[in-house]
Amino acid sequence: MDAKVSFTLNGKSVDAETTGATLLVDLLRNHFGLTGAHVGCDTSQCGACVVHVDGVSVKSCTMLAAQAEGRTVETIEGLASNGELHPVQQAFHEHHALQCGFCTPGMIMSAVDLLRRNPRPSEVEVRDWLEGNICRCTGYHNIVKAVRAAAAAMGEEAS
Amino acid sequence: MSGEMGIGVSAPRTEDRRFITGRGRYVDDINLRSQQYAWFVRSPHPHAEVRGVDAADALKMPGVTAVLTGADMQADGVGPLPVAWGITSRDGSPAFEPEFPGLATDRVRYVGNAVAVVVAESRSQARDAAEMVSVDYGELESVASATAALEEGAPQIHEGAPGNLCFDWEWLPAAMAPDARANTDKAFKEAAHVVSLELVNNRLVPNAMEPRASLADFNPATGQLTLYTTSQNPHVNRLLLCTATLKMPEHKVRVVAPDVGGGFGSKIYHYAEELTVCWASRRLGVPVKWTAERSESFLTDAQARDHVTRVELALDAEARFTGLRVDTIANLGGWLSAFGPAIPTVFYAPLLAGVYKTPNVYVTVKGVFTNTTPTDAYRGAGRPEACYAVERVVEEAAVQLDMDPAELRRLNFIQPDEFPYQSPVGQLYDSGDFEGCLDLASKLNAYDEFPERRRQSEKRGKLRGRGMCFYIEACGAAPSQAAGQLGARAGLYEVATVRVHPTGSVQVLTGAHSHGQSHETTFAQIVAERLGIDFGNVEVVHGDTGEIPFGMGTFGSRSLAVGGTALYKAIDKVEEKGRKIAAHLLEAEADDIEFTEGEYRVAGTDRAVSFGDVALAAYVPHNYPLQELEPGLEETAFFDPENFTFPSGCYICEVEVDRQTGQVDLRDFVAADDFGNIINPMVVEGQVHGGLAQGIGQALLEHCLYTPEGQLLSGSYMDYCMPRADDLPNFVVATRCTPTPFNPLGVKGCGEAGAIGAPPAVINAVLDALRPLGVRHIDMPATPQAVWQAIQSARSGG
Repeated sequence: MDAKVSFTLNGKSVDAETTGATLLVDLLRNHFGLTGAHVGCDTSQCGACVVHVDGVSVKSCTMLAAQAEGRTVETIEGLASNGELHPVQQAFHEHHALQCGFCTPGMIMSAVDLLRRNPRPSEVEVRDWLEGNICRCTGYHNIVKAVRAAAAAMGEEAS
Repeated sequence: MSGEMGIGVSAPRTEDRRFITGRGRYVDDINLRSQQYAWFVRSPHPHAEVRGVDAADALKMPGVTAVLTGADMQADGVGPLPVAWGITSRDGSPAFEPEFPGLATDRVRYVGNAVAVVVAESRSQARDAAEMVSVDYGELESVASATAALEEGAPQIHEGAPGNLCFDWEWLPAAMAPDARANTDKAFKEAAHVVSLELVNNRLVPNAMEPRASLADFNPATGQLTLYTTSQNPHVNRLLLCTATLKMPEHKVRVVAPDVGGGFGSKIYHYAEELTVCWASRRLGVPVKWTAERSESFLTDAQARDHVTRVELALDAEARFTGLRVDTIANLGGWLSAFGPAIPTVFYAPLLAGVYKTPNVYVTVKGVFTNTTPTDAYRGAGRPEACYAVERVVEEAAVQLDMDPAELRRLNFIQPDEFPYQSPVGQLYDSGDFEGCLDLASKLNAYDEFPERRRQSEKRGKLRGRGMCFYIEACGAAPSQAAGQLGARAGLYEVATVRVHPTGSVQVLTGAHSHGQSHETTFAQIVAERLGIDFGNVEVVHGDTGEIPFGMGTFGSRSLAVGGTALYKAIDKVEEKGRKIAAHLLEAEADDIEFTEGEYRVAGTDRAVSFGDVALAAYVPHNYPLQELEPGLEETAFFDPENFTFPSGCYICEVEVDRQTGQVDLRDFVAADDFGNIINPMVVEGQVHGGLAQGIGQALLEHCLYTPEGQLLSGSYMDYCMPRADDLPNFVVATRCTPTPFNPLGVKGCGEAGAIGAPPAVINAVLDALRPLGVRHIDMPATPQAVWQAIQSARSGG
């Protein structure tokens, strides 16, 4: 069943025709060409597809496009503002928290949500939060380091 | 200039920006006008005859363009998927190599074996229609384990391989033939102590985070095929497409491996799916795209390990190793993957001497067909299996002789002044300082304070254990002639072009491929250092046969040792040509020109021209020695190494085990590696972290499991336990450096070390923790259930 869905995507009002079965990740990738969210599994485990819906991290492979109606969706492509990287993006770069880059957009979007909820997470809290994002390259060592460095940088910015 | 981002600097990666902003370009991100989608019909049976395929209902489904079968493929003259390495059994007969068609013709031999492909206008239409394809299967008896497949009366998988035996191989390198067996047996007869173990090396699924994908675009007007595919080695893929399967001329085929989301070996091979989309695109005249679902990856990506090994170590009265005997049964799956027969043989046996002066080693390996997904290389590829056998039996010997495991190792180490060292299993080790690495690891682990840490753990009710591993591995594959003698059907050199632009910026075209390894950064560092130009003025291009002359790709930790050296040699040529141009410009003899920090200078004078000026003169040759020298500044080098390189290292792991739940917690993991010289320490540490995570995953979490008949049980991330952030500790990593003399960079390779060294270190630690409870043995993965069962069975005296 086709339906029109309207929502705010990276700060702009958008609308698109979808079928009732279209997943949000497919709409983002195939209709809007926002290919930063990746599909790494089919059981909602890997987290490569994480985006924000109304500011909260969501696995976009597990949400219907129609459910975005009237909501605000932010993807990795919208995270940097005016060419300036978000502190989490910057920290991932500085601390070599990515190798092949496939899990990275989801990992960053997930980490941004963690820092919104918990601005100074401990190492254990970071590891616990990221349990829903699988990385096969880094062993997580540098990801954890980057997330905590970003927290420190954002704390300094705020104060 | 170069000093900021030259060799030895932790330069931040140039490739990062696109990945952290969501602008990477992976295969599934690419879409072409009018493209159609492929969905594969796969066997649900481990073993069956294919009696017929009825596509009538599927063809009536909306959007369906075609349903193609193995018979169609055969009729079009498409060849079988090639085996890239031939192995010879000990009786002199060649290993049995079944013809493995891209789509099954008469028989399927594992669950997931492709039978037909549906092409439709949308992916969901193709998928729905695939459900409507009716395949008439005649189910056959099946078997998943290699030991069961060897038993009398086991289901027979290939007529050409009686008893399911693909090969029965022994390792007799020139250095030890023909007496290896007799000499080793003699060592065992004369031994003061013999220690033996039966080990299972668990089957794994590589699980690169990006599922495989292929998009083929055949242009009927030009006859040109472009394939975008998730490959670690696009040139090899093109070679195999052109010579073995699709049989098209190479100049009509371009293979592009754009950003690739991890490989770990699983993206080396020319798979059925990419062949099929190429063939379908050629047949239908439209672009055809296939992207694997993770469930398909679990069924069809080449799997790994799956050995059953008996290892025996002979020691004299002074605890010196005098002999090692290894007998392995390797599970090859239902067909042979490209390197399937090579991984458990020539990539395995030559490392079984380890870092020790064991004079006599004898190795036998049986390669066995089963009704499972084919196995092949995965991070380490044969060396993790070798290291696990050696380092488990050495640690067990220390226990039985009541010695400190570090001291037993020290007693048997090859010494620094013995390099190059000819091992009895045919390797010429390049360099190493094993004592130095062990000392470094011990220091980082605070080795002597372990008893206190154990007491502290006991106070908290936990069992603490410590385990050690000292690995050595072979990287930098490979000297082509040596590999050819061992059965390789390809050369194993690498290729680089250095293209200097008129304004002095540089493009590097490399045949190596980065799918996480950071070539765009580290290769640029080499150029910046050598040519004295700014790091930002170097662009590294990889993954496109349309742009890069040739290449063998990235696997076996070879990119820097072989591909980096090809680059180094191409830079040599650029430097030399530049010297002649500079001599002309400076009106001096070329022999009198020095090149340092981006400047050609007449030795001992202040007369100099910059590299940029030389580049400009090469492209605007107004003042130029045209009679002697062609204009332009672009050089290519092929490098075929003289020998492998041999990274080594000492890993120490400490665990705490909860005796009630069987949960193993990693408390400390120290890695002291010798990778020779290092270009970018940050990148090297990242490679070590990733390898350790995969090695720890094998030891504690990951297990690819089948039913006895061959139904895959661990077919998703709900069932196959990938290491997550909360499963792993922070790692302590450090390096010692003994440069290899076998390449001018002095580099060895670092990609696989962690996955090789971690498993025995972890299991040795788990056993050390459990030994007070009477547990003597455990196989990987040491899950809470496995540990708990080991404790219970030790308690009941079992």
